[in-house]
Amino acid sequence: MAAAAAIVGPYEGDGPLGNSFDKIIPNDDNGEKSWEKAETKLMKDTYQLLLQKGSTTENDIDYVIAGDLLNQNIASSYAFRGCEMSYLGIYGACSTFGESIGIASMIMAGDFAKQIICIASSHFCSAERQYRYPLEFAAQRTPTAQWTVTGCGGVLLQKHCFLQKEGTGPMVESFTAGRIIDQGLKDANNMGAAMAPAAADTIATHLMDTGRKPNDYDMIVTGDLGAVGTDICRDLLSQYGFDVYGIHNDCGLLMYDRNKQDAHAGGSGCGCSASVFSAYLYPKLQSRELTRILFVPTGALLSPTIIQQGESIACIAHAVGIAG
Amino acid sequence: MQKLYNSKEYQKYVDKKSPNSKLGLNMLKAFLTGGTICVIGQLLTNYFNSRDLDQIDAATLTSMCLILFSVILTALDLYFYIGKFGGAGASIPITGFANSIVSPAMEFKTEGYVMGVGAKMFLIAGPVLVYGISSSVLLGLIYYIVK
Repeated sequence: MAAAAAIVGPYEGDGPLGNSFDKIIPNDDNGEKSWEKAETKLMKDTYQLLLQKGSTTENDIDYVIAGDLLNQNIASSYAFRGCEMSYLGIYGACSTFGESIGIASMIMAGDFAKQIICIASSHFCSAERQYRYPLEFAAQRTPTAQWTVTGCGGVLLQKHCFLQKEGTGPMVESFTAGRIIDQGLKDANNMGAAMAPAAADTIATHLMDTGRKPNDYDMIVTGDLGAVGTDICRDLLSQYGFDVYGIHNDCGLLMYDRNKQDAHAGGSGCGCSASVFSAYLYPKLQSRELTRILFVPTGALLSPTIIQQGESIACIAHAVGIAG
Repeated sequence: MQKLYNSKEYQKYVDKKSPNSKLGLNMLKAFLTGGTICVIGQLLTNYFNSRDLDQIDAATLTSMCLILFSVILTALDLYFYIGKFGGAGASIPITGFANSIVSPAMEFKTEGYVMGVGAKMFLIAGPVLVYGISSSVLLGLIYYIVK
């Protein structure tokens, strides 16, 4: 991972990680006429910053693997409209960033690319109007509800980082792609609880597959389980025989100060794990404050339509092992 | 990995682990909010009565005023906070209904006045209109037959 960049909204900038982000936009509209265009600009600007920080140009990028929460992934498609490199759009809900890094690493391991940009975004306002209610609608949020992060995070993966054991920058060393888990929950206001089994499943599978113990990692950090999901995930993992207490953290809990900010159960969205990783975890890996982490973005693969049809929430989690 | 719980068991487990809303406090806030809106309505009705309007006209004008207040407060990004505090106390009265129409109208302006504002204005209020009017028709029919 040669470089990382993250740009977030004002609410996120007010949070405990505020100083870590590359840029905080002054208003949610980002100077644009619609929320979708604001998110598109957020992704475009993060991408430009990433090129700068990675000292590279668009022509030297082989692929961009991008995704967001919007229908038809329009923030990503329109952010990279007209760009020189090949575009691969993906959808993993809030697990998109992990999926992107995983796929990019597999492409590079197969010798099909030298430089890939992995990037994911979300925007509170564009997500609310699509998944829930108009912004001015006076609805109350439940205690278990999470706040969609307005933010974009991206990393630049380079092949030489992968090959050189003593290379500069953190390295992706493993990837466990998740499978879709549905424990029958139907409450779209409690996504953390719905995603926890998927996170536990992927983490446990990863540990068994690699023969590792939780202690082999400095941190196991999930994407956006929030307060409720975190509690459940740790408990499920201990039932599987893995004690992650003391090692596990969650990007959704890191993003906001839940005592001062009204984020209820914590942050969520593709931008949550993407921006927290890029701004907060990546520097710690670079400085070797963290030497090895398991980064596990989690996603709830629902849509309002399927929930209205009475279905339960299908979830997924992708685990990326990164060594500093 | 094997599933640890079946769906029913997991739902029970999640219910135990998930924090509940503070019911007592929320009920009090809803009562205060809804009550305040109704008191304002009553004061308006009393005022219109004192200006020699009959009961029906006074009630109609009161509703119109409350709707206007809600529209203005929604447009000023204020009704949202009343709803956050008062919950059902803010959404049940006619002011909540007005908010449920104005908020999508504001939100979907970016998609234009026809497909955005026009088509999506009744996104939330739609069911209220459909089932409210339908049940009135049904009750009217029953009343007519019984009478």
